[in-house]
Amino acid sequence: MSLDLVIAAFLTVVNLSTPILLAATGELVAEKSGVLNLGVEGMMLCGALAGFAVTFACSDPDLADAYPWLAAVGPWLGVISAAVAGLLSSLLFGFMVLTLGANQVASGLALVIFGTGISSLIGTGYVGVAIQPFDQVFPDALAQAPIARVLFGYSPLVYFAFLMVAAVGWFLSRSRAGLVLRAVGENDLSAHSIGYSVIGVRYLAVMFGGAMAGIGGAYFSMVITPLWAERMTAGRGWIALALVVFSGWRAGRLLGGAYFFGLFMTLELYAKASGFSFLPSQFWASMPYLMAVLVLAVMSARSRGGSEAPACLGKPFIPDA
Amino acid sequence: MTMINRRSLIKSAGAAAFAAPFINKVALGDEPLKVGYIFLGPVGDWGWTWAHEKGRKEMVAALGGKVTADYVENVNEDQSAIPVIRDLAKQGHKLIFTTSFGYMDQTLAVAKEFPDVKFEHCTGYKRADNVATYNNRFHEARSVMGKISGMMSKTGVIGYLGSFKVPEVVMGVNSYAMAAQSVNPNIKVKLLMIDSWLDPAKESAAAETLANLGCDFITTHTDSPAALQVCEKKKIFGFGQGADMSRFAPHACLTSILDIWSPYYISRAKAVLEGSWKSGDSWWGVKDGSVKIAPYNKSLPENIKAEGDKIMKGWADGSYDVFTGPMVDQSGKERLAKGVRMEDKDLAVIDWYVKGVEG
Repeated sequence: MSLDLVIAAFLTVVNLSTPILLAATGELVAEKSGVLNLGVEGMMLCGALAGFAVTFACSDPDLADAYPWLAAVGPWLGVISAAVAGLLSSLLFGFMVLTLGANQVASGLALVIFGTGISSLIGTGYVGVAIQPFDQVFPDALAQAPIARVLFGYSPLVYFAFLMVAAVGWFLSRSRAGLVLRAVGENDLSAHSIGYSVIGVRYLAVMFGGAMAGIGGAYFSMVITPLWAERMTAGRGWIALALVVFSGWRAGRLLGGAYFFGLFMTLELYAKASGFSFLPSQFWASMPYLMAVLVLAVMSARSRGGSEAPACLGKPFIPDA
Repeated sequence: MTMINRRSLIKSAGAAAFAAPFINKVALGDEPLKVGYIFLGPVGDWGWTWAHEKGRKEMVAALGGKVTADYVENVNEDQSAIPVIRDLAKQGHKLIFTTSFGYMDQTLAVAKEFPDVKFEHCTGYKRADNVATYNNRFHEARSVMGKISGMMSKTGVIGYLGSFKVPEVVMGVNSYAMAAQSVNPNIKVKLLMIDSWLDPAKESAAAETLANLGCDFITTHTDSPAALQVCEKKKIFGFGQGADMSRFAPHACLTSILDIWSPYYISRAKAVLEGSWKSGDSWWGVKDGSVKIAPYNKSLPENIKAEGDKIMKGWADGSYDVFTGPMVDQSGKERLAKGVRMEDKDLAVIDWYVKGVEG
């Protein structure tokens, strides 16, 4: 196996890992505050569509004539729009579970259905068009160089994902605000009784989760396949959710888990395409279910194994009840 | 024409169940024939489901006010398809098309409950008195792609991005490989199945994998243009399916298979209207106008275009069949003698790849 091939394969690993990492990082913060938002898949789809639509609008040839700078700024506006779209969809969820005290699991599932539906509906107009991929930030000399591309040949969102994992890890374990957020997630009543706004903190955490899921979704429609297709995230939101549990609610393990997933999937593809498969394809197809069983096992034994599951995860907060 | 989504459909199922006995008594001539469709993906996939949806629309347009047609999209290929198909039948749809292989047993199960409803199952092989099967001979156009790849490949390794090992895909792989081998007997076809019909990120990763392993041509048998975008980026060539995908890869996409379902849909709806509908197996191809190829890429040399046209013409007039012996499987065993054409009944259940296919 030549070095060139290894590097090329690594680029695939990064592409498969990054969107999951982005979404899982956001979900980690939401869950640490005690809110289980199962709607990641729906928020990702909202972000995927918004990112694509805004980038596409900015690449309009007539607009480009009038505002030549727009095409360059377009993808960045797209990413921001994706974050906003994810955030808005998460607010809907937040309103239901935080203000109205609705069941988090049911509301999260509703958010998946909502996000899938609304992105399909609005997305009809974007079927059959493409945009330029948002897959490079460094100049060609670095990004296309045979060796250097392993460091420089990625979309800005890849570096952003790394940055956010580090930032979230620091925020949760080292900052005062992170301490408050964890307190809200561990014991909402105590946090409330010493004067912290449980609902306010949770709103912020849910919004952050939504924005990150939106950016994760945009990674599909703007970087991997610069096009819009309904349900294009194909279940990655669920994998992001599982990853948060797998990681034991720790940011560092999240990074490892996301790249493990990407590596696993890439190895599968290379094994199959090279004409040998060390495991039958039915086994690969059953992986998600095996994983789900494993996750459930981990969850039921979460007091062990270095897990930092927040104690109030999934419980509605109703202070006077 | 109304759009039905799955949830509103399920909600209205109760009402429909109540109304069903009355609907049955309505004579067909009195009101438009209601045709129902079950779709695997979203109608906006720009591929498989999109092509069926196009066929549905063209059927409604062609038959004027005589038919109405509803569809349910994103129906999973598992037991959950049964209530969806049943609901369509209960709502008075007299002709129901289930448009993916994975609805086979579900279609038969529901058909037993509704003997007066005609069912049509796409790409399957199990039939009943009120269940017909139909398919298009996509592999016919796939041989054009094989020929082009065989003539142009420099690496001698070409890629095939597949979904599942079902007969339709196996035929496509074999057709692609044999047509390529007719030019270059030593050419290798790398086959990569992704266990999904629509997963753009995985399709993209798989196409990258094939390209990294030396393929300079990739033909895609999954439903999105993701692989072609990879071809464009990697500066290699590819082929689309379902719809003309050249807009996603202006340089890389040399041509695409076009699934034209409307001739079949029109003829079957007409048959129900006239009372002449019979169960059976229809397998239409280039000669029936059901399989076409999109205009070639401008960059394609004239002599190669001519070879492609020759194959399409050969399929149309019956002078060409890519599955003409000798056909040898991967283990080296001869499956079809020299000069013999493979019969449809064998082709329909084919589960082995020809020599030269890897993976």
